[in-house]
Amino acid sequence: MALDVQIEKDLPDFHLHVTFDASQAPLSILGPSGAGKTMLLRCIAGLEQPDRGRVVLNDRVLFDSDKQIRVPARDRRIGMVFQHYALFPHLTVAENIAFGLRGLSPKQRAARLSGLIERMHLAGLAERYPRALSGGEQQRTVLARALAIDPEALLLDEPLSALDTHLRSQVEMQLQETFASYRRPALLVTHNIEEAYRLGEKLLVLSRGRTAAYGAKEELFRHPPAREVAQVTGCKNFSRARMNVDGSVEALDWGCRLRVSQTISKPPAFVGIRAHYIDFLESTPGNTASQNVFPCWLVRASETPFRITLYLRLHEPLADETAFDLQAEVYKEKWQRFRNQPCPWHVRLSPESLFIMAE
Amino acid sequence: MDWSPLWISLATSVTATAITLMAGLAAAVWRQRHSGPALALVDGFFLLPLVLPPTVVGFLLLLLFGRNGPLGKLLVRWGATIVFSWPATVIAAAVVAFPLMYLTARAALEQVEPDLLQAARTLGASEWRVFREIALPLAWPGVLAGTVLSFARALGEFGATLMIAGNIPGRTETIPIAIYFAVEADDLQRAFSWCAIDVVISLALLSGLYYWTRMQGLERSRRVAR
Repeated sequence: MALDVQIEKDLPDFHLHVTFDASQAPLSILGPSGAGKTMLLRCIAGLEQPDRGRVVLNDRVLFDSDKQIRVPARDRRIGMVFQHYALFPHLTVAENIAFGLRGLSPKQRAARLSGLIERMHLAGLAERYPRALSGGEQQRTVLARALAIDPEALLLDEPLSALDTHLRSQVEMQLQETFASYRRPALLVTHNIEEAYRLGEKLLVLSRGRTAAYGAKEELFRHPPAREVAQVTGCKNFSRARMNVDGSVEALDWGCRLRVSQTISKPPAFVGIRAHYIDFLESTPGNTASQNVFPCWLVRASETPFRITLYLRLHEPLADETAFDLQAEVYKEKWQRFRNQPCPWHVRLSPESLFIMAE
Repeated sequence: MDWSPLWISLATSVTATAITLMAGLAAAVWRQRHSGPALALVDGFFLLPLVLPPTVVGFLLLLLFGRNGPLGKLLVRWGATIVFSWPATVIAAAVVAFPLMYLTARAALEQVEPDLLQAARTLGASEWRVFREIALPLAWPGVLAGTVLSFARALGEFGATLMIAGNIPGRTETIPIAIYFAVEADDLQRAFSWCAIDVVISLALLSGLYYWTRMQGLERSRRVAR
């Protein structure tokens, strides 16, 4: 079970050029809006024509520009879940799901239909029209409809974006369940970092039509290879960087010397740390600089219900009200413990949390 | 009273509307799948019968189907003469009604969400099935409105019909032509009767369309409520 994709297409704003292969594990495709994510899915499903490249699904060549092979969408057996679902409004839930069940005996058809209705928890809704369904029910119907054709690959285009927060987690669990039993290539397009991480095992980061990163999600989040990957995966803190002769890294924008645990192969261009990993020391330590500990001053804070974002300036009190070096995320309980201490506070940028990016 | 103009008018309009419905839908579907600068010309050609005076359309049809016209010559070879026969009334009515059908069908088909058609394709549906089961049912209210308008236009056709089909009582004399010649012969009683019949038919059609669209709206809200 494998999907091999190598696609090139000229678009008005940029050139889409993506290569990857997906196996049983679900692959999350992450990228800002307009990065070419949806176009990539449409090219794989056969709804758009790439200019060059090859798409192979389980030894079936679906597209090959050199050999002039263009299998039409209806023969690809690829299940697609559209961003706005695209349920047929004039057909009932059962008719929607059964739309792809052609060429079966009426008995088989009915059996498959009732199996899908049960599996997607749609019992009792079969005779309803899509307009009379909630967002979550629509989402389950569209999944059932896509799975009805027994697809060899499943493509989902921002399947959760049309739902409110409460429904999201419910539908997300449904998706996780589906992926767990599906065991075939599944691609999930999203611009939500957490969704991409939870649902995908591998991650493909798209940026203006190019593959910015592709690999196991843990590795990509721990050591993003490039600055734009770090940004897309939610990293907020960057500094230009230079390597010192003793193996430490000079953070030019933060004005400090840092020890890092990552082995450095290429000359570093940037050093970064995620906002959650900045550690606040509750007592003033002795020898600070050699342990990546630095004094800092609070510039401004911004609250969410459970966490607080602190904007910090390193080394010296603020000369300018708005300039900050680091952005840190802290749980409120932790913050309560040091909020009343006078500045400077001390932050530790642990060598394990820092990562180096080439460009 | 001789009722033949009524039957001729109805037969002509029904036949012409059926032809227009198919041709208009086919043209609309074809046009939706193609784009390019040359198609502005095609569009213009399709809409020409709407803007030209019916006498001009009739005259052009006469040139086309006449004894020396390209299509006329072809038909003579098969032993058929169109001009001044009942089929000529159908051709005239179909041609003038075509633009209305084409315009409304195209607008209705363009209203259908493209992702619905794409979704149907990913589910294995052939192009014919996509059209028959998704595009057409969703565009149906618009297509039906176009059909009613085309029927009304065909029923009212006068100029082009007179040019190509003439006025042969019992064969090509439709209601509008009967009215014209009744007035010319100073038979106001007859002219008035046909006018009244025409008003009744048109009114029935338009109110029927109105009630049908209202019913559709009700049906739709019932689906949501269920």
